[in-house]
Amino acid sequence: MSLSAFLPSLLGGVLIGVAATLLLWLNGRLAGISGILWRLFFSKQGDALWRVLFLGGVVGGAALYYALYDDVPVARETFPAWLLVVSGFLVGYGTSLGNGCTSGHGVCGLGRLSLRSLVATVIFLVTAIVTTFVVRHLFGVV
Amino acid sequence: MKRNLASLVAGLVFGFGLALSGMTHPEKVLSFLDMTGVWDASLLFVLGGAVGVTVITFRFVLKREKPLLAERFIITKETHIDRSIILGAILFGVGWGISGYCPGPAVALLAAPNWELWAFLPAAILGGVAEKLFELRSQQNNEPQPQVATQDAKPVTESPSEGSCG
Repeated sequence: MSLSAFLPSLLGGVLIGVAATLLLWLNGRLAGISGILWRLFFSKQGDALWRVLFLGGVVGGAALYYALYDDVPVARETFPAWLLVVSGFLVGYGTSLGNGCTSGHGVCGLGRLSLRSLVATVIFLVTAIVTTFVVRHLFGVV
Repeated sequence: MKRNLASLVAGLVFGFGLALSGMTHPEKVLSFLDMTGVWDASLLFVLGGAVGVTVITFRFVLKREKPLLAERFIITKETHIDRSIILGAILFGVGWGISGYCPGPAVALLAAPNWELWAFLPAAILGGVAEKLFELRSQQNNEPQPQVATQDAKPVTESPSEGSCG
């Protein structure tokens, strides 16, 4: 792969960083998707709307991209549905318990030089790498 | 009003960036996590691009006394690396490594959902909400136990451990 193949990823990453900067600079909030989403279900009056608008914006921004470029993700027809359910539950439970996901700990936490977030990011990256190996190569699920 | 608009705009930029980055394709994420095959370094560029921005801008933003449109920054002062953050990161890593979905792309994919998302996202919400319920219950049982160390008194609108994300 030539370096230019990574340009969309780099640009996309920069935009994610810009978005996180906007939310912190303007509203004083960290752009951690998991925290914003799970706490929506417990938020009191006055604390819910900004979450809905931010998450709605994420959907809208992605919709705009898919409308402009022919790059809509296609489902893997052979991937077991029950594994997606297990995976979803673990992602939800884990990010809630660990207070952050790729955006909260990765993008925002590392941005503010939080050691706690660095530790979390290294742990979930390493765990994910090991898990992918086991699922793909030991169990043969693709 | 301005704050709501700011949230929406930040979300739009976030979602566009996420889709552009390729991370809403779970198989692309898995090609990064899978070190044995033809390794796809894309995710490294996404994270590098994003952190490259935040590590510079956050320095300046957090030097301000308060955000432009709000009263204060809602960020935890918690620095303790406890059992729950380690266990949480492990469980998240396992879930992420199975499917290639993390919360951001799953939300963005509501723009173009396929059957995979309908299996993943409701289960993720169930997991996240269930854990928060346990957290709330154990906090109620152990009152008073200030879990949040934010800058000043907790307003009533704030849920436990808010702003600790990151």
